[in-house]
Amino acid sequence: MASTDERPFPPGDYPVVVVGSGPGGLQTSYCLSRLGVEHAVLSADEEPGGMFRLYPIFQRLLSWSKPDAPAERGARAYEWFDHNSLLAEEAEHQALVPEFMDRTFMVPSRPEMEQGLAAFANRVPVSVRYSCRWEATRRDDDGRLVLTTSDGEYRCRAAVFAVGVTTPWKSPIPGIEQVPHYVECGDPPEYQGRRVFVVGKRNSAFEIADGLLPWARQVILGSPRPVQTTVIALSTVRVRYLQPYEDYGLGGGTFALDLAVERIERRGERWGVVGQGTTRPGPIDLEVDDVFAATGFSAPLLDLPALGVRTVAQGRIPALTPFWESAPGSGIYFAGNATQGAAGLRKHGVGASSAAVHGFRYNARVMAAHLAANHLGVRAPRERVERDRLVPYLLDEVSSAPELWAQKSYLARTVSEDGETEILPLAGWLDDPGGRSTAVAVEMNAAGEIYPAVYVANGGGVREILLPPHELNDFRGADYERELRAVL
Amino acid sequence: MSVDARDELVRSLAGLALFADLGDPDLEAIADPEWERSFAEGERVLRRGLSGGGLFVILDGEAAVEIPDGSEPRRLRRGDFFGEVSTLLVCRPTADVVARTPLHCLEIPGPQLEAFLLHYPQVTYRMLQTVTRRLRDLLE
Repeated sequence: MASTDERPFPPGDYPVVVVGSGPGGLQTSYCLSRLGVEHAVLSADEEPGGMFRLYPIFQRLLSWSKPDAPAERGARAYEWFDHNSLLAEEAEHQALVPEFMDRTFMVPSRPEMEQGLAAFANRVPVSVRYSCRWEATRRDDDGRLVLTTSDGEYRCRAAVFAVGVTTPWKSPIPGIEQVPHYVECGDPPEYQGRRVFVVGKRNSAFEIADGLLPWARQVILGSPRPVQTTVIALSTVRVRYLQPYEDYGLGGGTFALDLAVERIERRGERWGVVGQGTTRPGPIDLEVDDVFAATGFSAPLLDLPALGVRTVAQGRIPALTPFWESAPGSGIYFAGNATQGAAGLRKHGVGASSAAVHGFRYNARVMAAHLAANHLGVRAPRERVERDRLVPYLLDEVSSAPELWAQKSYLARTVSEDGETEILPLAGWLDDPGGRSTAVAVEMNAAGEIYPAVYVANGGGVREILLPPHELNDFRGADYERELRAVL
Repeated sequence: MSVDARDELVRSLAGLALFADLGDPDLEAIADPEWERSFAEGERVLRRGLSGGGLFVILDGEAAVEIPDGSEPRRLRRGDFFGEVSTLLVCRPTADVVARTPLHCLEIPGPQLEAFLLHYPQVTYRMLQTVTRRLRDLLE
């Protein structure tokens, strides 16, 4: 008897195709399904979980999930305390990652994260055609996108690429091609007694340093820019990985040098790292046993640049509209980690959280609604706020809406003149606020103060009003009501 | 993705008058991917009335300063910078700056500008020259 392929989504025509089965792809598929949008999900992997099936290499995640938190598990406000679970409307599909945590830390281990994502995919369920690799892309004469895959061709009006930022990337330093990338780092005991140099001073560099510190003789990190630790939200290194930095600060043998590496060269069994100091100018020449390039990742865009997809961050990330499309109307959308390509306003230098699950899960929900409305004419149902409830409603949102807390100055609660409300990208709303309408966001300044921002559109321009911070981040009191009422 | 991209950014910075006095190590430190911004044609880069912006330096493309009084928009090109008034004086911009072509910029975030200008006095000097030239043109 001939074998039959029982996998879902055979090659053919679909309104939408989603590529990827990591958190971005799973969340997008879930949201499209809730909107009733037919779509295919394709993945080169054999199981759900995306990058979390492999990385981070030392199993240490960055984002918290607090099994017990100020808000009850299952409440909308709880999402802010659980940065790793995907969003669902059904109680049994919410907050799945904490279910698998052994509570050794308030962040899940990599396998706990992977289990949480697999549980989401299996329980919802999210159907995925696994072992189907996207290989090329073109546009048909009728404007539809054609995705060539290892299984055949898929035609669609819009495609969502949730393929992560997963391709190891090395900065162009002569000799760097000879040394392993972060992803090739071995087990820590292999580095016992060795002197290790890590090119880079961001999360992956500090993760290696943190992992090797109990084994290596010495760890030295080097990159041109200094580590910024003054304001955590502005820091390029999360607290989770700061142990090696503390060691450096206390003179414990670890070094985090501000160094422009000019070349890496073989010196017998060892390596030479040659460069120039930046913060403290002068030549630096180090001899070490091992060198790692912890210089980041790029999004695997394949041939998408030929379809007009621009890039940012030295060609590593797609440049996106506020609604995470490569260009308005292109039908080429991104989900997951690559949504950091829509930078937003970056007020006070504070970036969005789009490179992490707790940020991009909300991007996916907003993007799905935008895609459905703009490419398929499917309008997501919207809540309505009565005029007399507007002030307490907005203050409640800035106090506890997880979208606004996760994506500061980036996602906003908007209310139109007739009371329709939705979460939108702040930059997109500012470009087209649609007559008299209001938006609120949670924002943070360089001093680390967190406060509500109110944007009022009156048909001409948009007025920005910043409300004061509150010591318990609760903006629901009478003073705030009075102030907001005066503004509106 | 091209490994030459960072190098391209360093070379692009080296070609700007603002950074002409800096050597490669400094240029590499400035070529931070987190400071690199890309805007589509028609996108607003600086927004009138909004706090928290930074100093933008155009690496590639064109932008226009749009003042609500209806006067002819001032064109900005590669090497020009904007956002310095609102950043240095910590006030809200009084004009929009809109990308007229695909625009590639370096944005030095407001809270980091003081440290940046103190660390690279040659950049500060060249910026002062440009600002003084603008003032002279206004007064003449």
